[in-house]
Amino acid sequence: MSRRSLCGSLRFGLLATLLRGFFVMQFSDKRNRLKFWLVLAALLLLPFITDALLGRSWVRIVDFAMLYIMLALGLNIVVGYAGLLDLGYIAFFAVGAYCYALTGSPHLALAFPMMFPAGVHLPFWIVLPMAALVAGGFGVLLGAPTLRLRGDYLAIVTLGFGEIIRIFLNNLDAPVNLTNGPQGISRIDPVSVAGVSLNSTQHIFGIVFPAVHLYFYLFLAFTALVVFVSRRLERSRIGRAWMAIREDEVAASAMGIDTRNLKLLAFAMGAMSGGASGALFAGFQGFVSPESFSLMESVMVLCMVVLGGMGNIAGVIFGAILLALLPEVLRHIVVPAQQALFGRTLVDPESLRMLLFGTALIVMMLYRPAGLLPSRVRRRELGADEPAAETSVYDATH
Amino acid sequence: MSESKIPAPPSSAGAPRAGNPLLEVRDLQVVYGGIRAVKGIDLHIDRGELVALIGSNGAGKTTTLKALAGLVHPAGGQIRYEGGELHSIAAHRRAAMGIALVPEGRGVFARMTIAENLLMGAYSRSDKIEIATDLDRMYALFPRLAERKYQLAGTLSGGEQQMVAMARALMSRPRLLMLDEPSMGLAPLMVQKIFATIRDIAALGMSILLVEQNARLALQVAQRGYVMESGAITLSGSATELLGSDAVQRAYLGG
Repeated sequence: MSRRSLCGSLRFGLLATLLRGFFVMQFSDKRNRLKFWLVLAALLLLPFITDALLGRSWVRIVDFAMLYIMLALGLNIVVGYAGLLDLGYIAFFAVGAYCYALTGSPHLALAFPMMFPAGVHLPFWIVLPMAALVAGGFGVLLGAPTLRLRGDYLAIVTLGFGEIIRIFLNNLDAPVNLTNGPQGISRIDPVSVAGVSLNSTQHIFGIVFPAVHLYFYLFLAFTALVVFVSRRLERSRIGRAWMAIREDEVAASAMGIDTRNLKLLAFAMGAMSGGASGALFAGFQGFVSPESFSLMESVMVLCMVVLGGMGNIAGVIFGAILLALLPEVLRHIVVPAQQALFGRTLVDPESLRMLLFGTALIVMMLYRPAGLLPSRVRRRELGADEPAAETSVYDATH
Repeated sequence: MSESKIPAPPSSAGAPRAGNPLLEVRDLQVVYGGIRAVKGIDLHIDRGELVALIGSNGAGKTTTLKALAGLVHPAGGQIRYEGGELHSIAAHRRAAMGIALVPEGRGVFARMTIAENLLMGAYSRSDKIEIATDLDRMYALFPRLAERKYQLAGTLSGGEQQMVAMARALMSRPRLLMLDEPSMGLAPLMVQKIFATIRDIAALGMSILLVEQNARLALQVAQRGYVMESGAITLSGSATELLGSDAVQRAYLGG
């Protein structure tokens, strides 16, 4: 038993290394087309490889990791680019998920039996942009009153916002049953692309594609889209303006940057990515409830951004993969290991996760304060490749 | 250093002007949380003029500049710039109209390179070729920045950061340049360099409003000056008059 899972964890380690390698490669070298195609092929094969090596349940875990990547990249726009510390980011994920749940399930039949006797079942391609737009609207709603706030104060208000959304979802089952309260909404329509429901096994060219594989490809496409948009934003006029705001808001404003609109745009763009991810989550799960959107989730996504390397797309993706897979890895290692050593489970993997997590963050702050894969600028700021920094003060005063 | 270079200023300072000044402030008032930081001041800047606004810490100089840049909202008064009222115009719009502020403490974008900082100065401009030539012009004006183009601004010395902030402001091709305490926290030699540059920029015909605690330095480069004390302008006149005045001597020049 223990030997088998140890083997599994070894294989898992290999897989994680490969995954990391793929992402790093894809984003650090644009010119090399061959590399790009190799990465694409590897990504397309990933669910099959994972399935063969680790089993079907791991494909599902990888699917969730993709959702986390989208979330982390969205938050990276707000925190990494514009420098607005958002501790309630998961609220946008929730808004997107409930948008999908309400417009793609029989649930609304309960609240409005006259209007929607069978509930609402809008097609995926309408629901998804709608979820993103509604979440974006909520982003502006959060952004507008907090425009004058910075740092800790902004963090506290956004934290409150995240909780308000969750509490609303928890309590909006009366007077009109809109969200079904803590029970959540179930029987959500599966995502269906071109008339093909992703919740069923498909046979294409004689290859069997189980549902989790199909969702993987869907998520991969959307993750690629978010990566693409993030990259374009980063190098655009808007991206540079965000960075200027992050560095010094007063100076940015004196440079002619419309700080108000650009901050709102950052909130909206981040929220849209979160909302889209939430809608995909709802379709994938078939069930949403408020407990998926706790403060801890917001903190987790923020940690993905910080751990991986704020402002750096490859870093953020790496951080998201790492933290999304960590609890699963622990579950597969810690329990069997304890069983083998002590004959029973002494420490619950969930509590061990928090311990390891806290330790990892402290170690990170001490040894890699800019994240595992820091952005170019952060790396330079911390003096890794900047010998000139030493001499400049001397030059100036002599 | 070179007082002879300063042209003799007209001695009509403070009096209502018949001409068409670049900037004209009337009865400007700014209130911060119930405290009147600026209590109704009048000042004006003619085209091509270098005007100093001097006064001690907390006199309201920075607040005045912020009100002119649109970063704080005045409680009353008028600000006329190039003949138009600025009251309802947002800060970023004023920057596009040619009002550039070099903020107190320089406000460089620390985690951006010098080149990126300078390009941010041209944010409201879209003439790419002209921007590139202006960039070269800035590197000629501040050779030290040219050597460090791709260094992060946060790693520079205070004096170099001041150069970045000034060059960045000039990149917007301003018609009014406002400098807030350019000498703050700099080594004496660097202060001289910065002030020599201010003089050079003024010699090119730039209209400059210079806020300084270092009254002697400011009055040495300026043509006219205003003395601000607890939110009000108490003295104004030509720089030479102010340098010679007993009140200024006693209060700011330690004489």
